[in-house]
Amino acid sequence: MLQIKQVAKAFSGFQAIVNADLTVSKGQVVAVIGPNGAGKSTLFNLITGHLRPDKGHISFKGEEIGGLSPHDICRKGVARSFQLINIFPRLNTFENVQVAVLARYRKSNKLFTPARKLVVEETNDVLNKLGLIPYRERLCNSLSYGDQKVLELAIALGSQPEILLLDEPTAGMSPEETRTIVKLIKNLAQNEGLTILLTEHDMDLVFDVAERLMVLHQGQTIAEGSPAEVRRDKAVQNAYLGETG
Amino acid sequence: MQLRRIIPWIMLAVLLVLPPVLPRYYLYLLASIFVIALLATSLNFILGFGGLLQLHHAVFFGVGAYTFSILLLKTPLPFVVAVVAGPVAAAFTALLIGWFCVRSRGLYFGMLTLALGQLVWAVIFRWSALTGGDDGLHGIPVPEVFNSLKTAYYVTLTVLTVCLAVLYLILKSPFGLTLMATRDNPVRSESVGINIRRHRLAAFVIAGFFAGIAGVLFVLVEKSVSPSLLSWSKSAEIMIMCLLGGLTTFYGPALGAGIIVFLSMKVGTYTEYWLLVLGIILLVLVLLLPQGILGFLAEKYSGRDGDKGRWGKDASD
Repeated sequence: MLQIKQVAKAFSGFQAIVNADLTVSKGQVVAVIGPNGAGKSTLFNLITGHLRPDKGHISFKGEEIGGLSPHDICRKGVARSFQLINIFPRLNTFENVQVAVLARYRKSNKLFTPARKLVVEETNDVLNKLGLIPYRERLCNSLSYGDQKVLELAIALGSQPEILLLDEPTAGMSPEETRTIVKLIKNLAQNEGLTILLTEHDMDLVFDVAERLMVLHQGQTIAEGSPAEVRRDKAVQNAYLGETG
Repeated sequence: MQLRRIIPWIMLAVLLVLPPVLPRYYLYLLASIFVIALLATSLNFILGFGGLLQLHHAVFFGVGAYTFSILLLKTPLPFVVAVVAGPVAAAFTALLIGWFCVRSRGLYFGMLTLALGQLVWAVIFRWSALTGGDDGLHGIPVPEVFNSLKTAYYVTLTVLTVCLAVLYLILKSPFGLTLMATRDNPVRSESVGINIRRHRLAAFVIAGFFAGIAGVLFVLVEKSVSPSLLSWSKSAEIMIMCLLGGLTTFYGPALGAGIIVFLSMKVGTYTEYWLLVLGIILLVLVLLLPQGILGFLAEKYSGRDGDKGRWGKDASD
């Protein structure tokens, strides 16, 4: 479904991604892991069009998407959440998701129909899936950190993507909030059949939810395979798992 | 909450029944306020709700007014054509200027609006044969009915009401919601599939169109135009109106326009130093009421619309 081949990206001399390879098949949950500064977020930004790759190919469903604009890539079915909370602070919870749903149905440019009458069901559906219905009317500034993080996920789901990219979905969360998110991710993968690509620091979580792993080290893919294979991989043990025990 | 919905209607009712009891001077003053209220509201459409630092909005006001005047004065075209041509020309100018501006963000966006706007000003200022240059154009032959101040009053009030209603509808539409989303978080907007450049450009053009309507109204009231209509200081003045009324409120800019136009005319009869007074207003505003009058009230009496003296932060993205 998503294929990344020999992608490279440099920032004014610093080679953030040297050579990254990754294959994600339909319905899989795949995790990209690696130490801080390995280039995980950069890789995500390359996939979603926030950065343009210097070299290599990124293809989605057989179509080259490297270098397209973020909104074009989103319209092809790739949605993402962000590591730091990245929501619409002055809209309420419902509107936050509605903005994404409207864009999904190409209704963002409607000028004279009241927005409150459009895509209500679809939006409620997403809110319901993530348990955000009680906060529908709340200005999302006033939500707790954990709920904002869930909203972050809800906005991404509002785009009704075929593949969902989650950049550190549990960063900064309490153990309890983390459990909620893990449950949501598993639910999305198993019941909705959503393809998910995520980065995560929490190794327990990664080995719990991911079916495949890709290990990024200093901008380079050093291993790709099932969790068991990756655990056994010598290069990985040296570069990464070894360090953290 | 209920009260807030009724107040605009009460205002409208009062304004509708006032003319028979008002002296001519106040009819004129109010008609002038209606014109500028529309201009300020159109600016706030992109400034407050779109988060775009439009520093030279008066340009579209001027283009609308000049197009209308020139067509009436120098061509045999019928009045209706001139009326339509004003806002259309303003919208077209907005499309040209906006096409460049939406490619940059924050302060750079603002500097571009200023630079390109000054270019339009220079053309109008220099092209004396067409525009009358520094002197402007006077004695615009508007249909005779507009010679009555009462007619001008009712026409400007009606057009203002209709335009505000349309702008309000747009803000409540998916287009408006999406516009506010691009204001709040451009990066995230892109990520959910919104073409923010195109969306911002569309908003820019809509704002220009309504500023053009205000330009036509201005000529109907004043029957003359001059380059000062689209001077930089005019743009600053309407921006101050928006700030004074409240950037995140819908009626704020109209209220701001009322206060500033009223004061400028009153103060003008006592002293030449209107700009000094304006400066003091701005100072007090920034220090005491950063969210504007209606923004302050909204914050005080309800949860929403208010707060957010955060606009400055968003504008720098």
